[in-house]
Amino acid sequence: MSESGSYYIPNGSKWPIIASIAVCTAMVGGSTLLNGNNFGKYVLFIGLALIVFMIVGWFNTVISESENGVYDTQVDTSFRWGMIWFIFSEVMFFAAFFGALYYVRAYSLPWLGGEGAGLATNTFLWPEYEANWPSTANGPGEIGGDFQVMGAWGLPAINTAILLTSGVTLTWAHHALKEMKRMQLIIGLGLTVALGILFMYFQGLEYGHAFNDLNLNLGSGIYGSTFFMLTGFHGFHVTIGTIMLIVILGRCIYGHFNPKNHFAFEAVAWYWHFVDVVWLGLFIFVYWI
Amino acid sequence: MFLIKNLMFFITSALLINTANAGWLDLNMPEGVTDISQEVFDLHMLILWICVVIGVIVFGAMFWSIFMHRKSRGVTPAQFHESTSLEFLWTVVPFVILIGMAIPATKTLIKMYDHSDSEIHIKITGYQWLWQYEYLNTNVSFYSKLSTPYNEIYNKQEKNINYLQEVDNQLIVPVNKKIRFLLTSNDVLHAWWVPDLALKKDAIPGYINEMSVVINEPGIYRGRCAELCGRHHGFMPIVIKAVDEDEYEEWITASEAKISGVAKVNK
Amino acid sequence: MSSVVNDTHHEEHPSGIMRWITTTNHKDIGTLYLWFAMIMFFIGGLMALVIRSELFQPGLQFVDPQFFNSMTTMHALVMIFGVVMPAFTGLANWMIPIMIGGPDMALPRMNNWSFWILPFAFSMLLSTLWMDGGAPAGGWTLYPPLSLQTGDAFPFLIFAIHFMGLSSIMGAINVVATILNMRAPGMTLMKMPLFVWTWLITAFLLIAVMPVLAGGVTMLLTDKFFGTSFFNAAGGGDPVMFQHIFWFFGHPEVYILILPSFGVVSAIIPTFARKPLFGYSSMVYATASIAFLSFIVWAHHMFTVGMPLAGEVFFMFATMLIAVPTGVKVFNWVTTMWKGAMTFETPMLFAIGFIIMFTIGGFSGLMLAITPADFQYHDTYFVVAHFHYVLVPGSIFAIMAACYFWLPKWTGNMYPETLGKIHFWLSTFFVNLTFFPMHFVGLAGMPRRIPDYSLQFADYNMIASIGAFGFGFAQLIFLYLIIKTIKGGKKATDQVWEGAEGLEWTLSSPPPYHSFNTPPAIK
Ligand code: HEA
Ligand code: HEA
Ligand code: CUA
Ligand SMILES: [Cu+2]
Repeated sequence: MSESGSYYIPNGSKWPIIASIAVCTAMVGGSTLLNGNNFGKYVLFIGLALIVFMIVGWFNTVISESENGVYDTQVDTSFRWGMIWFIFSEVMFFAAFFGALYYVRAYSLPWLGGEGAGLATNTFLWPEYEANWPSTANGPGEIGGDFQVMGAWGLPAINTAILLTSGVTLTWAHHALKEMKRMQLIIGLGLTVALGILFMYFQGLEYGHAFNDLNLNLGSGIYGSTFFMLTGFHGFHVTIGTIMLIVILGRCIYGHFNPKNHFAFEAVAWYWHFVDVVWLGLFIFVYWI
Repeated sequence: MFLIKNLMFFITSALLINTANAGWLDLNMPEGVTDISQEVFDLHMLILWICVVIGVIVFGAMFWSIFMHRKSRGVTPAQFHESTSLEFLWTVVPFVILIGMAIPATKTLIKMYDHSDSEIHIKITGYQWLWQYEYLNTNVSFYSKLSTPYNEIYNKQEKNINYLQEVDNQLIVPVNKKIRFLLTSNDVLHAWWVPDLALKKDAIPGYINEMSVVINEPGIYRGRCAELCGRHHGFMPIVIKAVDEDEYEEWITASEAKISGVAKVNK
Repeated sequence: MSSVVNDTHHEEHPSGIMRWITTTNHKDIGTLYLWFAMIMFFIGGLMALVIRSELFQPGLQFVDPQFFNSMTTMHALVMIFGVVMPAFTGLANWMIPIMIGGPDMALPRMNNWSFWILPFAFSMLLSTLWMDGGAPAGGWTLYPPLSLQTGDAFPFLIFAIHFMGLSSIMGAINVVATILNMRAPGMTLMKMPLFVWTWLITAFLLIAVMPVLAGGVTMLLTDKFFGTSFFNAAGGGDPVMFQHIFWFFGHPEVYILILPSFGVVSAIIPTFARKPLFGYSSMVYATASIAFLSFIVWAHHMFTVGMPLAGEVFFMFATMLIAVPTGVKVFNWVTTMWKGAMTFETPMLFAIGFIIMFTIGGFSGLMLAITPADFQYHDTYFVVAHFHYVLVPGSIFAIMAACYFWLPKWTGNMYPETLGKIHFWLSTFFVNLTFFPMHFVGLAGMPRRIPDYSLQFADYNMIASIGAFGFGFAQLIFLYLIIKTIKGGKKATDQVWEGAEGLEWTLSSPPPYHSFNTPPAIK
């Protein structure tokens, strides 16, 4: 509820329409490319470039408005609600993939292997198949051929430690911001960014290992599908989160934010923690058990 | 004229709901020829009537109010807007009614899921756009597809009475024996549905679904594919002929002999 | 700066087309949404008329079966994502800030983007009609493996759905933020009009399930192009898994399409009964219960896929339970009318029509919930009858009721009452003529999604087709009436309706560009 006697409403903006055109261009380009027409590549590229242009422009507008003190506390609260519900929508997006993982492990693979309701399925269609998660989880058709499973206690465990640590450094930076300790703030944020990049580097190594040594890829049946979709989308979110952290770091160095007014910082921090929590889910359900 | 005739037909059959009107019976769920299909029909009618009664009460109250409590009659509006006991009542009463429906429904459902003691096993495979029937433990197996001529479909020829419900090879089964169907598909989803047997289940590529039935009366029963499966989804009928046990035995022996004969020749 | 009333901030008031493209005003955006929905309604309706023309008689007359399937698929996608959802979002944009005494939506620029995605997303979707392999033809439910047989249209379809989903999610976030943050002082949650409440809950549903749909169609995309096996048994997946994901979205989605209607009707009935809404708080709780239950009933669309018995029983019971809170609503409306002093202007007629015909659709829904009986109903015209009853004289009637109810407020002009009534009676007659016979052909055994049928279904299909054309014709009256009212007419008073209560009626008709520059006092 608003407590003051007036409201802030922004001016009209050209960014939304640019955003629509940009995303639409990228999608049309991507679709054309997927349909096997190489020309789509260029359209896709133009679309992506436009998207970057739009994001930079839109955020610049908002940042300069924010720094000029245009926003009141009500706007700040609106932004907060917006970010919270956006993160909730992201949680549900991941829920779809976790749901798929759960479903194949609890139902479809056992059925294919003849358990429960699957007796007839196994006897008549896949008599050779024995379902075992994860070793035979590329299905009765052995789609993608023999593969090896990604163990939990190598790189993934290190990555878990990295992400958990990055949560700590980020919180440390947040406290520093609230206490106006600029040096600590910048070091904390810088460490978080570094850890994010390290995570991505290790994730890259892990993928390389999977492709080259384990014969594990998106096409390795349902195991490969769920593994790469979940870790891939997570990695994508880490990338976005890291970029956002870098922007925030830049703004901190530039002297933006004060102990009272630093919504952007908090939004990015929430996002980062969300990415962190998703990773824990991944570590437990995808790698470990 | 045509339009008016149809409209009249529509209105009269809607009015004559519970009289034994032939037009109506054709337009209700078939009672079918198995014990279970009869139960399903009874369930259907039970719920329908419960809904009709609730509807009459609710709409009755509403129309009463529409006619009596209108401004043009010079009434002054009451101002009440709450009554905990009323609201409690109309939460609990529907709940109780629902339980009354759920119990018989669950009982029927449990029976439908009992496939034990089946004597005949037939594997059905859906294809775009025909069915394959395999009589397990015999070598009888054949395809069954629409036999309506294209000229009828494209309106170049008078449509016969079984338009779109006729196939080249009918599925032959005996009456009074429990038959278990194993259902799968070779490409996309299909669904095997014969209303008179109250059987409908999806055919899923890579998985097998089961259903079972005991048919009480000999006869020809017609059904169709009930899951969108592409361009010819509407042209994928099912015709099943239930015959006496003896006749069935004869047929299956003859078919087996014929097929092994063919197999020998081919060798 | 922050305490300045920002009308002064608005020197640059672009005019012409740029005003509409760059606007951050909730009323402008609401208007855009509503017009968009109107245009899409005619496009989706035209597709329905193609369907009904082909089904007028047995035999193949006008279109190829594949194109027929495309029409079914596109009709549903257009009607659901292009008509009902945008129309409700338009109403939300127009009314929610006013109803809660706020100045505008919480996030006006994002609001603009939510709208301006739609024309692009639907251009992408509709352009597939001209592509190699034709438009998507696997049903709006997109079940694999069939949907994976789509031609060039496939990636366009998937991305268009992603895009629309983005629009709905942002729209919903905006609604939630607005309601939680922009209320005038004193406007407590339990004082909010029910339209606001139902939209709050709808928005929650949207944010919860649209991303799940996005995830589901992404898996379709990777299955088709990147070798994954989510829906392929040979690779350990399961085509049925898609159905679970789809309906986890799809069932809450149907309540997304109806809850705001409940809000509209809860605003209209008390106004014309001149009597306060009966059972306000139980209405709120009932809406919340419906929303909660909507998450645990999805598999009632999948009774025939061969789930284990326990699953069938669970989903049957959970589904039946929804009748209880929905019943509470229906009873509350009837009791609101009871002992009122009613008049029957067009919005009231549509609202009453809504209650009756929605309840009929609800009853058939309940019948569908009875698993053993659903084995007979499933994928027949009985289902088609069910959902058109809840969607057309349900959602669409509620949207029309809302338009009549608020049109004088929006435009400052009264609409021609007689014409409105004619529109209502024609619509009601023809909608029943179209969809009631579908119950019968469905029970008699006519499957849905077929371009041709056997002879015993002929009579009633002909009636349904006649009804559809009549209903479509009646909507031309609606279009004409709206344009006429915008252009002029008898001036509307601020209160418009004698029994009207709520903040929207305290503003002038039409309301000022910024609804409440200073928060109104709430009693
Ligand atoms: C606005 C949209 C909307 C709404 C509100 C509903 C409401 C309901 N629907 Fe419907 N439904 C659809 C849209 C909707 N549906 C669509 C689009 C499909 C098909 C999708 C597709 O396959 O393409 C579908 C399909 C569908 C099916 C699957 C059918 C099948 O494919 O086999 C089922 C099965 O259970 C079902 C059930 C219900 C129930 C129980 C309700 C309940 O919410 C209804 C509750 C209301 C009442 C019951 C009436 C009022 C109550 C009283 C007066 C109280 C007293 C009553 C009693 C105790 C009986 N619906
Ligand atoms: C909100 C949703 C919504 C709405 C409003 C409608 C509205 C209508 N629907 Fe639709 N329908 C669905 C949602 C909706 N439908 C869904 C989800 C499906 C399932 C799809 C699937 O199976 O995948 C479906 C499927 C469906 C089918 C089954 C198709 C099949 O199974 O093959 C049919 C058949 O009659 C049908 C008919 C109609 C008709 C006649 C209308 C009418 O109400 C339309 C009225 C509007 C107009 C007619 C347009 C207005 C006027 C003009 C264009 C002017 C010119 C006209 C004249 C001069 C006459 N619909
Ligand atoms: Cu096979 Cu539909
Ligand atoms: Cu549902």
